[in-house]
Amino acid sequence: MSFLHNYIYYIGAFGLIFIGLFIMIAKRNYIKVIIGLSILETGVNLFLIAVGYISNGTAPIFSKAGIEAENMVDPVPQALVLTAIVIGLAVLGLVLSLAIRLYKHYGTLNLQEIKEQRW
Amino acid sequence: MRKIIGIILLIIIAWGIITSLQEMPFGTSRAKVADHYINKGREETGAANIVTSVVVGYRSLDTLGEVTVLFLAAIGLGAVLATIKRKEDRDTEKASLILSTGCRFLFPPILLFGAYIFIHGHLTPGGGFQGGAIIASAFVLMYLGCHEEKKINETGSIISESLGGLVFVVIGLIGLTIGTRYFLNNFLPKGEFNTLLSAGIIPIIYIAIGFKVGAELSKIIDLLMEES
Repeated sequence: MSFLHNYIYYIGAFGLIFIGLFIMIAKRNYIKVIIGLSILETGVNLFLIAVGYISNGTAPIFSKAGIEAENMVDPVPQALVLTAIVIGLAVLGLVLSLAIRLYKHYGTLNLQEIKEQRW
Repeated sequence: MRKIIGIILLIIIAWGIITSLQEMPFGTSRAKVADHYINKGREETGAANIVTSVVVGYRSLDTLGEVTVLFLAAIGLGAVLATIKRKEDRDTEKASLILSTGCRFLFPPILLFGAYIFIHGHLTPGGGFQGGAIIASAFVLMYLGCHEEKKINETGSIISESLGGLVFVVIGLIGLTIGTRYFLNNFLPKGEFNTLLSAGIIPIIYIAIGFKVGAELSKIIDLLMEES
């Protein structure tokens, strides 16, 4: 039980990462692959935040006078994730535009039917 | 067959991760660099939000690179979609009166909220990227809900995007000439801690980032909406 209590955030984050990876490997529809990419990215962000967490910690903001610096969580992963979310959004837009191009060119989004994409 | 290969691959990766995670305790200690940021960040950058002082203070060069990545993604999206022939006539159903009025009513408060988020980036949770995303969400609402065909002003979008990037780089270059002389040096006075006019160049850079990100994301939305 204590194992579950200690590692529940890691388990959740890696669960999302594995779900996303499995979707990207197994699914044939390009839109579903993009959804898998998005889920994977969320899992990675959750994992980075969980690495920086401290038990009973507060957000790293000195908004009031009585906030102790000792209890603050690690600000570096939070800054990383802040930038990663925005980059993820831009990459999602780029991938969706490629999906539009693919559909206009081949008339299908099934990767099995597109000859160059088969594996 | 693909599913079996995928499951075998995932089991191998999961085994590697489980064995390495047991060496890594949860929620106990910070890195040394984080201790420095938290203990010295208030004096060195003047920002109350330590995440902001990392993003725009200590690591602002990386933020400049990240803004460039976002810009490149927007350019790539434009280049991929530019060669497709535009659709002229779409038979779309017009939005109802309640929806279009509500969207026209909500559009200015959402813009104002986005501006609030990026102006107060050094004091509260938030900043240029989040504020820019909120501004882009206002444009999503306008595209989806408004009655008549409205489009974003292309010149305005280009001007605010270029101006945002230019302000960021020019402030960084001014830092080369003043004081300790390094790129993106925080040369302005720090001001009183935890007030709006504090933390030197950080609010200015975050406002520039907010304009740039908001213009870029609304441009991406505009391109994607035209094609669908």
